[in-house]
Amino acid sequence: MLKNRIIPCLDVKNGRVVKGINFVDLKDAGDPVEQAKIYSDGGADEICFLDITASNENRDIIYDVVEKTSKKCFVPLTVGGGIRSVEDINKLLNCGADKVSINTAAVENSKVVIESSKKFGSQCIVVAIDAKNNGDRWEVFTHGGRNNSGIDALEYAKQMEENGAGELLVTSMDRDGTQVGYDIDLMSKISSKVNIPVIASGGVGNLDHLIDGIKLGKASAVLAASIFHYGKYSIKEAKDYLDSKGIPVRI
Amino acid sequence: MNVTIVDYNSGNISSVINSFKEVAKNNINIKVTSDLNKIKSSDKVVLPGQGSFKSCVDALKKINGLTDTLNEFAITNKKPLLGICVGLQMFADIGYEETETKGLGWISGKVSKIDNQNGKYKLPHIGWNQINIVKDSKIFKDIKNNSHMYFVHSYEFIPNDKNIISSTTDYSSNIVCSVEKENIFGTQFHPEKSDKIGLKIINNFLEL
Repeated sequence: MLKNRIIPCLDVKNGRVVKGINFVDLKDAGDPVEQAKIYSDGGADEICFLDITASNENRDIIYDVVEKTSKKCFVPLTVGGGIRSVEDINKLLNCGADKVSINTAAVENSKVVIESSKKFGSQCIVVAIDAKNNGDRWEVFTHGGRNNSGIDALEYAKQMEENGAGELLVTSMDRDGTQVGYDIDLMSKISSKVNIPVIASGGVGNLDHLIDGIKLGKASAVLAASIFHYGKYSIKEAKDYLDSKGIPVRI
Repeated sequence: MNVTIVDYNSGNISSVINSFKEVAKNNINIKVTSDLNKIKSSDKVVLPGQGSFKSCVDALKKINGLTDTLNEFAITNKKPLLGICVGLQMFADIGYEETETKGLGWISGKVSKIDNQNGKYKLPHIGWNQINIVKDSKIFKDIKNNSHMYFVHSYEFIPNDKNIISSTTDYSSNIVCSVEKENIFGTQFHPEKSDKIGLKIINNFLEL
């Protein structure tokens, strides 16, 4: 039976982890390579890096981080943030990323998803959808949530599937950072709309939220950042809990 | 020992390279090349593959003499070869991804899209699934039945001779996830991304 995946996400800025695991035995709490290794050793099903580096001159640091991580972590590594072109994707994959997650570029230039999925295969193309509820529908935001594209998130999800995305990483902007749980309505609507796997993101505050994302939100995988940071829960605790509640996970 | 990972522009193979280098001991030399002479002089060959069946077959053919060299290596000389994902699928006679495409024809059978049962099963089949070992395979030495492996694919290999199947996994139906035919090995899952247990499989292949 296919297991539900638990994916910890690390925000990386200028090559350093912004919010990290607060473990005393860490040599360097800001080192993404070391943090990724802790997650993969702890049973993470995948590792996700979100590069939030703002300045262009520091953009290349992420390649070095990915290269080092991929030599130490033998679970899938997804890298997102700042990807503008097929060439950017090529570089990340060559450095050892297994998948890339594309956000703004997927909205602005449909060719990026179409061409990259043809060139590298759908299996490595994740489209990240930042969605915000505006009352009667969800709209897709770009540029790290700053710009409203006005595009309907459900229609967009379907379009991205047609363009060749292998997975959708759906983040509720309304829930992100609130720790009150995923936007279940959004997740389940998108998951029902498409035939590709959906990764739920945004709003996790406790382990029951992960269960909700899978059971109610119909997500194939659940992504979380802050609950795994600062050691609130370990990956193992999360998996044991899900397992005890009858959710199929890899233990 | 010389082990060659065939680099034929089949997409992203850095994870395959990293995992083999991680596992390889001092006396094992891992090369990444499409150089025909280097392949010929290798003791073992790894054939990775990402993207579509057609794109991988096309990429193989683009390198003059590569298909013949692989045939000579695996079929004539019967040296150990491991195909991963589409690398395994290409063992078939024919594949139906994008358009009907001839494969290497090493293990007779076809590669077809997984039946998603009208949307009941999401495709690609992405994530960790358990393997059901149906036959002893040398690459499964010390691998427990029902171990989790990482999969990402939408197409499945359906061999005519079921005796070459060494494991299956349950997704819509019993999908073939590894084969062993004499010196030819293949995994539909990605051992290079399947954590310590995947590295163990790679080690088993290297120690053959």
